[in-house]
Amino acid sequence: MDTKLEKIVQALQAEFKAQAEEFRGEAHVFVDAARIADALTLLRDRHRFELLSALTAVDYWPQTQPRFHVIYQLTSIAENLSLMIRVPVDGDQPEVPTVTGVYGNANWREREVWDMFGVRFTGHPDLRRILMAPDWEGHPLRKDYPLGYEEPQFTFNIKEIDSRKPYAKE
Amino acid sequence: MPQLEEVTLEELKNMVSDRALTGETMMLNLGPQHPATHGVLRLLLELDGEIVINVIPDIGFLHTGVEKNMEAKSYQKAEVMTDRLDYLNPVGNNLAFCMAVEKLVDLDVPPRALGLRVIMTELQRIASHLVWIGTYGLDLAAMSMFMYAFRERELILDMFELISGQRMMTTYFRPGGVWRDAPVEFEAAVRDFIKIFPKRVDEYEGLLTRNPFLLDRLYGIGKLTKEKALSLGATGPILRSTGVDWDLRKARPYMGYEQYDFNVPVLTEGDNYARYLVRVQEMRESLKIVEQALNKLPMGPVRSDNRKFVPPPRSEVGVSMEALIHHFKLWTDGFDAPKASIYSAVESPRGELGVFLEGDGGPNPYRIHMRTPSFENVALVSAISKGHLVADLIAIIGSLDFVLGDIDR
Repeated sequence: MDTKLEKIVQALQAEFKAQAEEFRGEAHVFVDAARIADALTLLRDRHRFELLSALTAVDYWPQTQPRFHVIYQLTSIAENLSLMIRVPVDGDQPEVPTVTGVYGNANWREREVWDMFGVRFTGHPDLRRILMAPDWEGHPLRKDYPLGYEEPQFTFNIKEIDSRKPYAKE
Repeated sequence: MPQLEEVTLEELKNMVSDRALTGETMMLNLGPQHPATHGVLRLLLELDGEIVINVIPDIGFLHTGVEKNMEAKSYQKAEVMTDRLDYLNPVGNNLAFCMAVEKLVDLDVPPRALGLRVIMTELQRIASHLVWIGTYGLDLAAMSMFMYAFRERELILDMFELISGQRMMTTYFRPGGVWRDAPVEFEAAVRDFIKIFPKRVDEYEGLLTRNPFLLDRLYGIGKLTKEKALSLGATGPILRSTGVDWDLRKARPYMGYEQYDFNVPVLTEGDNYARYLVRVQEMRESLKIVEQALNKLPMGPVRSDNRKFVPPPRSEVGVSMEALIHHFKLWTDGFDAPKASIYSAVESPRGELGVFLEGDGGPNPYRIHMRTPSFENVALVSAISKGHLVADLIAIIGSLDFVLGDIDR
């Protein structure tokens, strides 16, 4: 790992009691959901991570604790560094505080994660579905959402198809 | 009959001004089927006469669940889906995917394959910018520009057909190298292109760059500041037109970009015109890279000889039992990637094309996320078009150069 990056990771570990991992020279830091906005604000203002490159999630179903990891990929243009922040969240109806106040593009990216994974971002100004239709049910990128080989859902057969889907019973 | 979804003004409350609620301003729907939106994009406009007050983009009409589909395919088969994301930059998408897989499984690529990849990627960048300049000209009523740009793009697509058998969805790059070596005719085709193309760019510039009608539509329109661009996650030519010198090819050289001598055009104005100039300059720089890469192209194998990840050549399969087993295993099961995650990014014609890839120890990606630059770029529309005329909005949309397949995935 880059020495500059190592210092930043150590600072995060001290400040947020964060766990850190390294893989192929990349740093992955685990931060608590409650403090994610603070962590990103600190990284943006003190460590010059100006760009939120990616915001996505991973579903570890059937594991429930944590079920999801929300992933924030940051880029520092000034220092030429990258850092991945992972936020583990539990359960089928997870909530993470929004970071739209820190990075503007988190607005749409969080909508995408809500749409695809059903992770609710509390405090988000406009948390609607973004890619799927507004009346869509379910969150397609969850691992308990079936893939293909099935009839497309229309209004007239949605109930019938839905009853056959192997959702985690909520 | 199912009821059509109706959006009430109440639901739009946070997105439009109060004047819309009293009926003082007009709500107008642009798209989703409209030539000026460059794809299936719907924009909800709030207008005061001809002045744009608010723009609410509505995306998702091309959502095909690419990420979900890739989770059910082995790494080799999932690559085919990446071509369909940004359909003006299929080669770049393949590159981003292959580099992510190579990083995840720690696979080396031989130098000749890297050279061929550079040539292909830069040709694709030129082709993508050609489509942009052609359609942008079309938007701004310079119709002949479209014909000229597509004439040259056709030459590039012919080269792609020569090398990969496909004009657009090439899937020429494979994890560990490229599909096969370039045929002998390829070099001559590229050299011919290098010879004619600089003059053609001069022609485009002669037609557009100092054209007073174009200047009226571009100069000072759709200004984006550096701070706003960074905060909204803009990358690529859009970010560089606001004065941020950030090109992944220079900042984090991959695929041997450090060997080539090229400039990264950076302007500070951040308006439509700056974005136009940056892209035109980029075409010239890409051509410089193609020429250097072709001159430096080393001889040697074009695929890694790590048989656990790369299938053996056909000639070996017939004579070696071991090769046959590897061939069979790789095309039925695929190869296993470690239980870990990586993020790898390349500079696509539109900006940072990143791949977040997580393996679970098996042959399929557990989770793959394509961080596509157009997604961020289309969100810029609402930030920079306020206060401009509707006609200027069309110029702004064109200058952002997004591809809807890239946004909706």
